[in-house]
Amino acid sequence: MTAEQGGWDGPEPDRLYVITRGRSGPSGPGVFDLVTLIVSLDEPTPAHQPEHAAILRLCRSPLSVAEVSAYLELPVSVVTVLLADLLDDGLIEARSAAVPAAELPDRALLEAVIHGLQRL
Amino acid sequence: MDFNGSDTVVGPTGADLLPDTVTTAVKVVVVGGFGVGKTTLVSAVSEIRPLTTEETMTQAGVGVDDPTGVEQKTSTTVAMDFGRISISDRLVLYVFGTPGQERFWFLWNGLFEGALGAVVLVDTRRLEVSFEVIGRLEERGVPFVVAVNGFPEAPSVPLDELRSALDLPPEVPIVACDARSRESSRDTLMTLMHYLYELAAPPATG
Repeated sequence: MTAEQGGWDGPEPDRLYVITRGRSGPSGPGVFDLVTLIVSLDEPTPAHQPEHAAILRLCRSPLSVAEVSAYLELPVSVVTVLLADLLDDGLIEARSAAVPAAELPDRALLEAVIHGLQRL
Repeated sequence: MDFNGSDTVVGPTGADLLPDTVTTAVKVVVVGGFGVGKTTLVSAVSEIRPLTTEETMTQAGVGVDDPTGVEQKTSTTVAMDFGRISISDRLVLYVFGTPGQERFWFLWNGLFEGALGAVVLVDTRRLEVSFEVIGRLEERGVPFVVAVNGFPEAPSVPLDELRSALDLPPEVPIVACDARSRESSRDTLMTLMHYLYELAAPPATG
């Protein structure tokens, strides 16, 4: 898969419609940012939809929403619908992004990032 | 490409796993024209092999004049590469490279919201792409720095001249960068962080 070009190289829209049972993702920033960290709180059972089960397996260690999307090869807006289901059922924990939309980061956070980058 | 079921999904393994102690994630966005080196920069700094995420967006109002090969489609898929840098055992930084078609960058809900800031990667051979990007970032209030990727074949332009050519405000940093180099790309991110630090309000007392 190449990153630079769009076009229909992903799952067909019909399939995405089925996965989300016709629901669409939030139209703006919602509960889930691209870098909200998802952590499973439980193991999947055979009763789970395959996509839900896959997320529960993937997120045994923390993973960002963007990483979940990448590993599942599903659009972010589809993934967030699935994550909302799991969150409602208490099966995952969502560790929210550090910087709320429309706010500037604080200096302590930036200092931490600077120190981390210095070690890179 | 189809989702084949949970058993076929291969997730991160070994060193690619984040420790459970990580509680906080932040992101920066690298913007720039097609082929300017965004993915190269992301690869240079990332601790994981860069991943690709995608979003489906409608074409309404996008100004697509020639939807080649997508007849009767009302939406399109835009893919974006990203990498990850563990900052500490609690904090992780994600670096996103915007897709090639500029018209999609600002339609991607949540890409710039909550981002610490952006790096505008500039190719001196195609400055016109950067004008548009810089204008959009300013409109959105996204703080950014400008990094000039030093392609060997590109004309070497003094940074002062580029600053005036791009009509950059005096406070916006502009630096030279070699996106292939981990150190140079890291330093570019550092420039952004130091700039953001200056912009950030001092912590409230008490």
